[in-house]
Amino acid sequence: MKQHRKRIAAVVAVAASATVLAACGSGDDDAEADGKVTITVEGWRPGDEQATADSVKDLVKEFNKANPDIVVEPKEWEWKAETFPAQLAGGTLPTTFRVPFTDTLGLVQRKQIADVTEQVEALPYADSFNESVLAAAQDADGNIYGLPSDVYGMGLHYNRQLFEEAGLDPDKPPTTWDEVQAYAKQITDETGQPGYAQMTKDNTGGWLLTTLTYAHGGRIEETDGDTTKAVIDNPETAEVLQRLHEMRWDDKSMGSNLLLDWAGINQAFAAGKVGMYVGGSDVYNALVTTNSVDPDTYGLTIVPLTDSPDAGILGGGSVSVVNAKASKAEKEAAVKWNDFFRVRKLVEEDAAVLDAKTLAASDQPIGTPLLPVFDEETWKQQREWIADYINVPVDQMTGFTDNIFGQNLVAEPPSHTQEVYGVLDAVVQKVLSDENADIAELLSTANGEAERILAQ
Amino acid sequence: MTSAAPPRRRPRRSPSTWVRGGGLSTLVLLLPMLLVFGLFSWWPIVRSFVMSLQVTNLVGPAEWVGLDNFQAVLADPMLGTALWNTVYFALLALIFGYPVPLVLAVLMSDLRRGKGVYSTLAYLPVVVPPAVAVLLWKFFYDASPSGVFNTILGWVGLGPVPWLEDTSWAMPSLVVEATWAAAGGTVIIYLAALVSVPPELYDAAEIDGSGIWRKIWHVTLPQMRTILLITLVLQIIGTAQVFLEPYLFTDGGPDNSTTTLLLLVYDYAFGNSLGGDYGKATALSLMLAGGLAILSAVYFRLTRRWSDS
Repeated sequence: MKQHRKRIAAVVAVAASATVLAACGSGDDDAEADGKVTITVEGWRPGDEQATADSVKDLVKEFNKANPDIVVEPKEWEWKAETFPAQLAGGTLPTTFRVPFTDTLGLVQRKQIADVTEQVEALPYADSFNESVLAAAQDADGNIYGLPSDVYGMGLHYNRQLFEEAGLDPDKPPTTWDEVQAYAKQITDETGQPGYAQMTKDNTGGWLLTTLTYAHGGRIEETDGDTTKAVIDNPETAEVLQRLHEMRWDDKSMGSNLLLDWAGINQAFAAGKVGMYVGGSDVYNALVTTNSVDPDTYGLTIVPLTDSPDAGILGGGSVSVVNAKASKAEKEAAVKWNDFFRVRKLVEEDAAVLDAKTLAASDQPIGTPLLPVFDEETWKQQREWIADYINVPVDQMTGFTDNIFGQNLVAEPPSHTQEVYGVLDAVVQKVLSDENADIAELLSTANGEAERILAQ
Repeated sequence: MTSAAPPRRRPRRSPSTWVRGGGLSTLVLLLPMLLVFGLFSWWPIVRSFVMSLQVTNLVGPAEWVGLDNFQAVLADPMLGTALWNTVYFALLALIFGYPVPLVLAVLMSDLRRGKGVYSTLAYLPVVVPPAVAVLLWKFFYDASPSGVFNTILGWVGLGPVPWLEDTSWAMPSLVVEATWAAAGGTVIIYLAALVSVPPELYDAAEIDGSGIWRKIWHVTLPQMRTILLITLVLQIIGTAQVFLEPYLFTDGGPDNSTTTLLLLVYDYAFGNSLGGDYGKATALSLMLAGGLAILSAVYFRLTRRWSDS
């Protein structure tokens, strides 16, 4: 009897493990069996409201009217360097998704995204891209790896309510770095909140130090022919760090929580705990959809530039790239979707209005200042098409929108960008955490470290 | 009586006797477990060996590069920083973290009433999900004068302390949280071990005129030495692999003062997307695993004499 029971148990165990294995093996469906192509696409970010997801699903329906043979499955997704390799290896990566300008080149070099030159060149506007914007999606040979979109310039975001409480005029944001420093001190003295905050973590410290260096006329890397060298040890970066040091230790206007990343600083700002900070000009969208910022408190102006002829504003954006494992049909479908979802609305009135109308139906922010993917004329034209739908407080953003086209746009450091940013993170953190930090020595060490990385 | 019994011949086991003896059903019962372990535990270990000798983009075929990844890791100036930070964390955790559960367990075992309540309280932090615990402690560690700990310090005229924002405070702050989070589990183990100490030994010590400290020193600790030695090596292995606290609290900052070996492994693989260097990451992981294996072997060899009870 005992033996008998043992046998039954064994059979059950084998059956159970077989089921597990079978479950592991299934899941591959043949996307093209019925003549239809199925693609999964980045839809909305984790943490976004249901309304954001709904508006994407509505746009999918619109897309399907013109493309009945393409099945688009939008997914909750956000570019994260951490999860990307596992998703790539495990086959759970969407067919197409956005990657920041900064990371595109690395993915190209590692052949982790697909070459879509043929598909992009077939688009009607392929020749009219702003060259420096398209360059973010190209390799050295000019092959194209995606469609650029969401091009932003860095801007200075400020809390109008804190400005008022501190006795400052929210319609007159600072126009020089001396004013930024003075206003920050005034905000802290009058309200007790940090007058100015800056990102320092997860490579954002380097991103921001680069932005401020550009604004002072300095550079982080210089390219001469085929070689790129680090020029971190320059007077402009030293000047920026010196000012941050003064604001942190003498004015005490930067608060005491200094290890901030992108999400952290947005959260603090939306909660009214930051007077001013520098970030991408499009961050208002995330402040609304993720952090529920009070629109009345929001203000945006340009990052002040010094008189240096080299002073410029750092720009960035996203490239809608395609999974390296995608088939030719999937690549075509993915580029079609990106054309519809991200780019066509910038050049065609019907597409622009349709997009704005769909977003408006679910109360999504429309009209947050971005920079031209094509040229300034097309950009202005597009703003006019959607003028009736714009629902962001544009009057509180005129400091940026009236002045940004007078600013010289400078691209991010071209080589090993994120790694160099990582090196700069430590520099900013040191200056903000150690009152006796030796800025000259920090810059010289960082330059050596960056040179070592660039030489790899 | 010199004749001994003839040596018993080991019966030869044919496959059928093996099956009849229950060998097959044992194997079959073991199979699901072996599969799960093999698939999710051992296979990844084997893969990481392979990967440490390769450069791969996870799409196309990997390229064999011999020991290049190991050389690159050894040449990285961050390795020294990360190694020192890890040793520093382990040392601090040993000094603060190792005695705390023992003291708590000894005190709790001496309680006449409410033992259950106290052991529940001690174990509670283990039940709190680690990420939640870190979020909670981030509030405690708020560096502004209105932060929880700084408010408490303010009552006695101290602070404010830049808990996580200063290169010399950051690591001790992480150790305090890690000790809080992990002590409960060890307390339970010690409490169980304390129960097994024969009460007659305490009675005998009492007759000999021992006070509480002498009883602990001469009875409790020697009786618990096996378990103490094991928890010590488990703690060293655990703290050498510290990742969660530096990752969630400080991301290695400020100025790399909390970048540990595991965080460096993570950075190689995922932290900076232009690195994407899975080969270097696995190479460093293997070196760490090898180092810990050697350390544990040496430790058990050295302490073998003590643990024989």
